[in-house]
Amino acid sequence: MAFRLAFAAALLCAGIAVAQEIPPGERRSGTDFMSAETRAIQADDGSNPGMLWVLQGESLWKEPAGASRRSCASCHGEAATSMRDVAARYPAFDTASGAPVDLAGKIDQCRTTRQHAAGLPRESEELLGLSTYVGHQSRGLPIAPPDDPRLHAARAEGKRLFETRMGQLDLSCSSCHDANWRGRLGGSAVTQAHPTGYPIYRLEWQAVGSLQRRMRGCMVGVRAEPFAYGSAEFIALELYLAERAAGLALETPAVRP
Amino acid sequence: MSRTLVSVPKTAKVGEVIDIRAMIAHPMETGYRMGPNGQAIPRKIIRHFACEYDGEEVFSAEFHPAVSANPFVAFSTVATKSGALTFRWTDDDGKVETASAEIAVS
Repeated sequence: MAFRLAFAAALLCAGIAVAQEIPPGERRSGTDFMSAETRAIQADDGSNPGMLWVLQGESLWKEPAGASRRSCASCHGEAATSMRDVAARYPAFDTASGAPVDLAGKIDQCRTTRQHAAGLPRESEELLGLSTYVGHQSRGLPIAPPDDPRLHAARAEGKRLFETRMGQLDLSCSSCHDANWRGRLGGSAVTQAHPTGYPIYRLEWQAVGSLQRRMRGCMVGVRAEPFAYGSAEFIALELYLAERAAGLALETPAVRP
Repeated sequence: MSRTLVSVPKTAKVGEVIDIRAMIAHPMETGYRMGPNGQAIPRKIIRHFACEYDGEEVFSAEFHPAVSANPFVAFSTVATKSGALTFRWTDDDGKVETASAEIAVS
């Protein structure tokens, strides 16, 4: 009897562990899972609170900073043309550091090495404003992760992390977002976890936050030790998530419940 | 940095009911929360919001601690003449944030 129970438990675990990836035709943005009211907030720029961060990012874009007294616009010009589609292809490989870098990390790097200004801490209002502004320039464009062979190892690591069980609840990202995305958890839709609208305005936060903040929230939820902001693990996960969501349109700044 | 977003129709006909929306970036800190080490986070909210249409107040509201961060207000008024709509948010310290938008009425 004990043997049979153990066998059934092992089967059950295996059933969850080999969760199938979502076929491309069934990929859906988090917007599809939201209530009509929340979708209406996002759809109208006059009511989408994420636009407040876009406005802040726009003014920071033009504001000279650091010892160079140059602004983002001094080199990049109009963001509407120079930053179009940039967010759709990040994270990308950074030759200077020899590692993949996410959009927020790239902005911070530009800030310190080109503008010679103080770095922008993760989740600071300035970095969120600039990331949201840059991300906003790609709104409506499909996520297009670069096919750079130097990214393959990190992307594979991201897939491994996505499928690794962690925390006291012993769940992987995949346990919910691949295997049970049709379900609900505590009244909320589980969703497919596609990073289509980051940085997002989350009603629960009453503020804009990054994809890494969102992932840390999930990690705390399964009672795992969250990775640090800007860590290689998070960038690997972002790389895998971008590939997993390839082709879905960006919505930055998205509103989420 | 003041961050406000107001939405007013650019044009309207005399007597038309127009929808107006105004939003401001503000933490609306209730004063009831604890920060790290159990220290109380001081209250910081917007107390009063008012909208003037060509010098005449057409809408005002009092805010309280239960109002969310980045408060969003939507209301309507009747278009009477061309002019500026000015919006004023006054917070606990008496600091005033303003925004304005023009409307052409024909």
